[in-house]
Amino acid sequence: MWDTLIWLLIVALKSVVLLVVLLVALAFLIYIDRKIWAAVQIRRGPNVVGPFGLLQSFADLLKFVLKEVVIPDGSNKVVYIVAPLVTTILALSTWAVIPVADGWAVANINVGILYILAISSLEVYGIIMGGWASNSKYPFMAALRSAAQMVSYEVSIGFVIITVLLVAGTLNLTEIVTAQGTGLGTWLGLPNSFLDWYWLPLFPMFIIFFISALAETNRPPFDMVEAESELVAGHMVEYSSTPYLLFMLGEYVAITLMCAMTTILFLGGWLPPLDIPPLNWIPGVIWFVLKMLAVFFMFSLVKAFVPRYRYDQLMRLGWKVFLPISLFYVAAVSGVLVYFNLAP
Amino acid sequence: MVTALFFYMFAALLLISALMVISLRNPVHSALFLILAFFNGAGLFLLAGAEFLAMSLIIVYVGAVLVLFLFVVMMLDIDFSELRAGMATYLPTGLFIGLVLIAELAMIFGAWITSPDALKLRGAPAPNDITNTEALGRIIYTKYVYFFEMAGMILLVAMIGAIVLSLHHRPDVRRQKPAEQSARRREESFTLVDVKPGEGI
Repeated sequence: MWDTLIWLLIVALKSVVLLVVLLVALAFLIYIDRKIWAAVQIRRGPNVVGPFGLLQSFADLLKFVLKEVVIPDGSNKVVYIVAPLVTTILALSTWAVIPVADGWAVANINVGILYILAISSLEVYGIIMGGWASNSKYPFMAALRSAAQMVSYEVSIGFVIITVLLVAGTLNLTEIVTAQGTGLGTWLGLPNSFLDWYWLPLFPMFIIFFISALAETNRPPFDMVEAESELVAGHMVEYSSTPYLLFMLGEYVAITLMCAMTTILFLGGWLPPLDIPPLNWIPGVIWFVLKMLAVFFMFSLVKAFVPRYRYDQLMRLGWKVFLPISLFYVAAVSGVLVYFNLAP
Repeated sequence: MVTALFFYMFAALLLISALMVISLRNPVHSALFLILAFFNGAGLFLLAGAEFLAMSLIIVYVGAVLVLFLFVVMMLDIDFSELRAGMATYLPTGLFIGLVLIAELAMIFGAWITSPDALKLRGAPAPNDITNTEALGRIIYTKYVYFFEMAGMILLVAMIGAIVLSLHHRPDVRRQKPAEQSARRREESFTLVDVKPGEGI
């Protein structure tokens, strides 16, 4: 009995630590995002609050929290309040299974990747509920768009994940990372190196996963959900103050999750790029964060210089380009694995 | 102890939300409670040690099927009084289907409890040394491979059927032609004209 309680307490403590670290890191990630965006457009970006504008996100937080919560009269009040909570809670709960270093996961479960797929497929509910409950035209249009968009890109993300699972032979995220210790690089004579990671043998899937991740998290150029020129602010038009903050928070947590997923599935998680002394002395968590930041840098750059897609182009890309390619790759990869007897 | 606590929590929430699904007036609220019901069902699967089933329940039903469900329900303009008016006519049919389901469940559970073959299965639902997912994969793709493929074929036929039924070509609609759009060059659609002042084109 006491053992169970102590275990529960330890899990709760771990979760709190993860939550705090994640949220503080997120504040600076948003700052980095805005700085990169500004640099591409030859602007200064946030530079007033704190040294180099480093505390801008915290000022934004205060501003959001202290404003008045406006609930439209015609809205469906309970669903209206629950929607941003759903977005944030779901996005945060996926982080429970992410291993940031060897053994550093709150829950190292056997079906970790399925758990992430399941929870991230639910993130669309926050948008649908928010859009519907606002009882307003633009949010509702955004909800309908996002329902179609996110469900479409989930299909190709699912197939990409299946190819990685086929090569790694496990659904456990920690084991997927350790499986990337040996592979193509070992065969080429450079063992435990960056050539072993799955980005190289599964190269087109890496690109498809990255682009689908953009679409899945509603990042530009696929931010059809909140396309300002058409839908004002999409599902968030009627939201203000803390509920709006929660929507934004959920969105950014989902983005960090997708960066972490790219790192784990294709960039070898916490493994060092070369297994030689100065590099493999550095703790795994630092490699993980560096790789995540590299992927996030790509996310920011894409946001800064790719124009927004048209909706029919977005759907065409998802269903007519990515789906056939990823489906072909699932078949091809499994064929190669069976033919050359490489399957784990 | 904790397991029992969680079991009763999931079971109670499942029953309450299932009741809400059929008793609430707003169909969108019903659909949202259906999501909650599926979640609690997945929780029960997890407690039973069937983590793969739990996750696939959420991915397939909550992540895909119910999104489309909600999509349709939100777009429909439903007349609630008309919906309730049909209650009396549909009640006998609904009760009949419910009775058939209960009878079938009773037969399955009866066999599960009394049959000597089931006794062995109950003792060891999954081998100890491999994970749940692997155990399911081994049995589905070896012993029950034909049933599995048959289920897949039935789903495929249903999907093609749905597409065929809902597909109708409308000649008056202008469609996007992505190949033509991508093949467009600057020279074909753009000319520089040197306009003299005061003359126009």
